[in-house]
Amino acid sequence: MSNRVINILVPVISVIIGLIVGAIVMAVSGYNAVDGYIALWNGIFGDSYTIGETIRQITPYILAGLAVAFAFRTGLFNIGVEGQLIMGWAAAAYVGYAVEGLPKFIHLPLALIAAALAGAFWAFIAGVLKARFNVHEVIATIMLNYIALHVSNALIKVWADGGDKTQRILETASLRSPFLESMTQYSRLHWGIIVALLMVVVMWFILDKTTRGYELKAVGFNHHAAEYSGMSVRRNIILAMTISGMFAGLGGAMEALGTFEYVGIKGGFTGIGFDGIAVALLGANTPLGVIFGATLFGSLQNGALNMPNEAGIPTEIVSIIIALIIFFVASGYVIRVLLEKFNSKKEGK
Amino acid sequence: MSFLDVLYFIIPSAIFYAAPLILAAIGAVFSERSGVVNIGVEGIMVIGAFVGIVFNLFTVDVFGDFTPWASLLAALVIGAVFSLFLAIPAISLRADQTVTGVALNLLGAAVALFSVKLIFDKGQTEFITERFARFDIPGLASIPVLGPMFFHNVYGTSILAIVVAIVAWFVIYKTPFGLRLRAVGEHPMAADTMGINVARMRYIGVMISGALAGVGGAVYSLTITNNFSHATISGQGFMAIAAMIFGKWHPLGTMGAALFFGLAQALSIVGGSIPYVQDIPNVFLLILPYVLTIIALAGFIGKANAPKASGIPYIKGQR
Repeated sequence: MSNRVINILVPVISVIIGLIVGAIVMAVSGYNAVDGYIALWNGIFGDSYTIGETIRQITPYILAGLAVAFAFRTGLFNIGVEGQLIMGWAAAAYVGYAVEGLPKFIHLPLALIAAALAGAFWAFIAGVLKARFNVHEVIATIMLNYIALHVSNALIKVWADGGDKTQRILETASLRSPFLESMTQYSRLHWGIIVALLMVVVMWFILDKTTRGYELKAVGFNHHAAEYSGMSVRRNIILAMTISGMFAGLGGAMEALGTFEYVGIKGGFTGIGFDGIAVALLGANTPLGVIFGATLFGSLQNGALNMPNEAGIPTEIVSIIIALIIFFVASGYVIRVLLEKFNSKKEGK
Repeated sequence: MSFLDVLYFIIPSAIFYAAPLILAAIGAVFSERSGVVNIGVEGIMVIGAFVGIVFNLFTVDVFGDFTPWASLLAALVIGAVFSLFLAIPAISLRADQTVTGVALNLLGAAVALFSVKLIFDKGQTEFITERFARFDIPGLASIPVLGPMFFHNVYGTSILAIVVAIVAWFVIYKTPFGLRLRAVGEHPMAADTMGINVARMRYIGVMISGALAGVGGAVYSLTITNNFSHATISGQGFMAIAAMIFGKWHPLGTMGAALFFGLAQALSIVGGSIPYVQDIPNVFLLILPYVLTIIALAGFIGKANAPKASGIPYIKGQR
């Protein structure tokens, strides 16, 4: 078995074990696990409406996953995707409703750019803290998540004149499409999926096809070596965080311009940013892997919504399964050792 | 309201809000001192808050007045057991500690809510009937000025939190066990050479962290919210981590930071009725602990350095 096959097998085995343990949890709790998974399946692929909603759910997951994966590839752990996404969501919604009188082909890109910039700025802060003041990015981004939550809530309160959500964005900034909606029995499927897939290509291009991307990866691998070969470690760290935050901000735009078309005061985190860590981890931090990871976790999250109605099982079972999958992928060392033992035994015969 | 009245009002609330933070943050100190980053404090606190409330609701007929304390004990045990979800992958299976901690947060929230829906068939629990009693500390409560500030109408849990912090300082700095714990977190290979079982010390560190975070969560739900729902614990765990960093990984410094963050929380909740404070937009009080932590880490308030080996799995024989 080559290294490549093992790299693919570890996440696949983790997902399978996660689903099995999930079934055991359901059975122990007195639910019918088979009914549960049938309900989950129908919640994902049941009809064109659920498929539309599933793709809608996958969209921000791809972008959040890209954000985490891009940072990982450059040696940084961006836990702050959640906060960057919240800032992007707020910025896109504000530009979406407050800027009037523009044609769609200017207004919509403008709102998307605003979201990308807001997310990028929020990550830029963490990048500067890391590069200039040596503050570990994990702690800095966790703190920035909470600051983003409270600051965006305060802004929304002002924008909404004391209400708890802004007015709807204008038609000219919306990603929604009557065509996609009518095709999927009026689900909230929107054009954001195209934006997300485009960004997958952008990440691949930056990392694999540009000199800058090579530098970013080099700094991540060994910043001493990068420094000695004349690369600016500080500038690359800041740039890597900023690009990562840009993806996260666009993830927020998907919610602002597609799914909800407004931004509301949040009592807690959306969870998309944290699930983005799971997506990136499962996708081994590659652009293509992120699509698979986002498809799996987005489908699971959306399918879960069908479980209480059809099988009487709380939606949280899916969060339990996702958490377990992360544990298994993170402990991939053990699966790797077992696979290699199994392999060498076979070769020995 | 006179200035003194304001102090009589705000200082007890600050200590009240700080107690869960102190407990969870001291726990985090133990974990990080042993070399394991515990981002999962939040998830353990959720489990603790949930266990505290459920145990209280179901055993109130058995334990009577003692129920809240018994609930804390239950949360302590469950918290320690739950922290094994971090300890086993991070220590024995060489998993990335930050990733595992994030998974622990997801798992804690999911398991607690799943169980609430399983038991109560709705999104939140009932309200508890048996609460912690407040009492005046005999003698001390009648001291002028200080009495009403610190010793009047206090919760036993607040005293517990402060005692735990002082005991933690003693254990970490004045006992052989504490020396070993710190050695394992600073330079595990040296400690291993001297015959200290690195994995064992780290398991103990993480499980103490789990136990105290569990108690912290239970103190929060049993004294502040009195029931459990998805919004009961929202960021207290991360604020505890912030307190640990702001306190520079020292138990007493951590306690001081947690008290200060408790003050910020109290002000953001009751500040509307205090002159001057009510003019400050709430958002500044809400983000204060997080901003201060970043400033502390950036080195503006002296350098805060984490234990050297914190976050790195120890692999025997690897240089």
